[in-house]
Amino acid sequence: MEIRFAGFGGQGIIRSGIIVGRAASIYDNKFATMNQSFGPEARGGACSSELIVSESRILYPYVTKPDVLIAMSQEAYEKFKPNLKKDGILIIDTDLVKLKKAGKLFSIPATRFAEELGNRIIANVVMLGFFTALTKVVSVEAMKKTIPESVPSRFVELNLKAFDKGFNYETEMVKSRGSPPDVDPPRAENF
Amino acid sequence: MKANPRDVHTGAYYIDGDVAAAEGALAAGCKFLGGYPITPSTEAAEAFARRAPEVGAIFIQMEDELGSISAVLGASWAGKKALTITSGPGYSLMMENIGLGAALETPFVIINIQRGGPSTGLPTRTGQADMMQTRWGSHGDYEVIAISPDSPQESFEFTVKAFNLAERYRVPVMLMSDECVGHMTEKVVIPPASEIEVETRRYYDGPKDKYLPFKPDKNLVPPMVKAGDGYKLYITGLTHDEKGYPILNQNLNTRRLVDKIRLNADKIIETKEERLDDAEVIVVSYGITSRVAIRAIEQARKIGIKVGSLRLITVWPFPDKKIVELAKKVKGFVVPEINYGQIVFEVERCSHGNANVILVPHGGGSVHNPDDILGAIKQVAREKKRSEGIIEYKTGLEHLVFDQNKGSRPDLSG
Repeated sequence: MEIRFAGFGGQGIIRSGIIVGRAASIYDNKFATMNQSFGPEARGGACSSELIVSESRILYPYVTKPDVLIAMSQEAYEKFKPNLKKDGILIIDTDLVKLKKAGKLFSIPATRFAEELGNRIIANVVMLGFFTALTKVVSVEAMKKTIPESVPSRFVELNLKAFDKGFNYETEMVKSRGSPPDVDPPRAENF
Repeated sequence: MKANPRDVHTGAYYIDGDVAAAEGALAAGCKFLGGYPITPSTEAAEAFARRAPEVGAIFIQMEDELGSISAVLGASWAGKKALTITSGPGYSLMMENIGLGAALETPFVIINIQRGGPSTGLPTRTGQADMMQTRWGSHGDYEVIAISPDSPQESFEFTVKAFNLAERYRVPVMLMSDECVGHMTEKVVIPPASEIEVETRRYYDGPKDKYLPFKPDKNLVPPMVKAGDGYKLYITGLTHDEKGYPILNQNLNTRRLVDKIRLNADKIIETKEERLDDAEVIVVSYGITSRVAIRAIEQARKIGIKVGSLRLITVWPFPDKKIVELAKKVKGFVVPEINYGQIVFEVERCSHGNANVILVPHGGGSVHNPDDILGAIKQVAREKKRSEGIIEYKTGLEHLVFDQNKGSRPDLSG
C-alpha cells in the first residue's frame, strides 16, 4: 500500500507520514518506510511525504504509483493527481482543493473542522482520522497510541479530538448514505 | 565490553537514518561531536546534540568543517570517542586532516550522508559518488575503513561497528550513508546495552619512561595514551619514527599505516552473500543500491537467470580476494551505483579478465530503477564473449538523455 501526503510546509504533512508509519510499524507490526521530499533552498513551500506500508520487508524505498493520495493544497493536487494509481483513492480538503476531474474521490473540510475545534494546525490529524476510517491501512488502536507520542503533551487531547472528528465524519457518512462521503455533489458540480 | 546503559536509548522507534546513526554513536560511547551543519546530515547532528546532555557528551558547532575535523582529532587524543557528521562539500573540506588523522593513527568516525555532487550539487537528494574520495581523498599513502548501511536500522548498528573498528585499528572510519537512507524513516530497534558490544580504547600500561607512541603490537596497532596524562608524547604530521620524531624515510611507519589495514583485511571485511551457490551472474552493490538491487535479482530469478548478490558491507578495504575467486566461477558482475563509475573499477581490477563487468550508472538525485539493473543482469547472462574493460549498461535514463536524435552518446573520439 503506497500513500502520499501532500500540501504546504507547516500543514503537518511530514508529521502525518510519521504518525501513520509509526502506528503501522510499532503498534500494528507491519513494515513501514517513509520518505520526504523537499527542495534545496529551504523547507517551505510545496511539501510531500511518501509512505509504503507492507506485510513484508520494503525494498524499493520510494512511492511510484500511490494507492492513496491525500491532497491538502491545490498545488499538491495538481502535481500528484496524475501519478495516482488507476482506481486509487483521492482524499482532499474540501475548502483547499478545487477539482478538475473527479475519480474515486473523498473530501473532508479538514481545515474548517480544525478551526471549529480551535486550531487549524490540527487539520492534518482530522485528515488522519478520516484516512484511518476510510482506508483501514492502520488500526484505530495503533493511531490512538501513536498520536499522543507524536505531538506536544499539552496538545494531546486536542489532537485526539481532531482524530475522532475526522474518523466520525467518515463513519457517519457511511451510516447515513450507505457509502463513504464521496464527492460533495454540490461542490463537484461547481467545477 | 558491553555498552554503558546510560548511553543507550533502548526501545523501538520510528526514526530516520540520520537520527539512528546519531543514536548508534551515543550507544558506542561517543562523547564528542564537532560539526558544521550541512544538508542532508543535519538531523544527525541535531539528534546527537539533543541527547548529549543526558549522557555527558559534548556537541560543538564549529566555525566550519576544517575546524570540525581538527576538533575531532583533538578530542580523540584527549581520550574521548569522537565523531563528525557531514556531507559532500563539508567532506571535501575535511580531506587534509583526515590524512593527519590517519598519519597520527587517531581513532574517529565520520558519518557522511552522501548527496549528489560535484560541488553544491543536489543537497536534498541522494548520491554515492564519494566512494573513491573516501579511499584516496587525502594526499599520500594511507588506508581507512568505510562501511555502508542500507536502512535506518543498519545506520544504528553500523555506526556502533564504525566506532569499534576505529578503536581497534586506530584509524579514521567512515560511515558511508546517503540522503535516501539518512532521510528514510523506518522502525529501528535499539537493543539493551547488555547486547551491544563496544570496543574500548587500548591504553599503554607499561612504565612511563618507556612509552613509544608509535611502537606497534603484534596486530601492527600501537596502544595509546591520553594527551596531558604525563607521558612523553610527541606527535606530528611529519613522517615519524616510533618515538614520533621526524625521520626522512617512509619504510617503517608509513608502510605500517598501510599494512595494519591490508594485513588485517580478512578480519575487517564483511560482505553479505545471497544465492551465490549456483550464480552465473553476481550483482555487486553497497548501501541503498543493494536494497533496490534485490528487487531486480528476484525478478531475474523468476525468469530463470541464475543471479546472486554480493553486498559490500565494508567497502574499504575492498574484498579483493572474494572478487578474484568469484570471477573464476561466473560469467560476469553487474555493478549498480549512484555515480558514473567508482567501485566498478575495483571489481574490474579484481576480475583479472576472468569475468565480464558491467556498470549500471546512475547520476545522483534518486535511486536506480530496478528495471535497469534487471536489464544489465540479462545482458551479462546472454553475453557469449569476454569483453575487455568495463561495459556500460545503457539505462532508460541514458536513452532519454542521449538518444533523442542520434541514437547514441556524442562521439568525441575524432
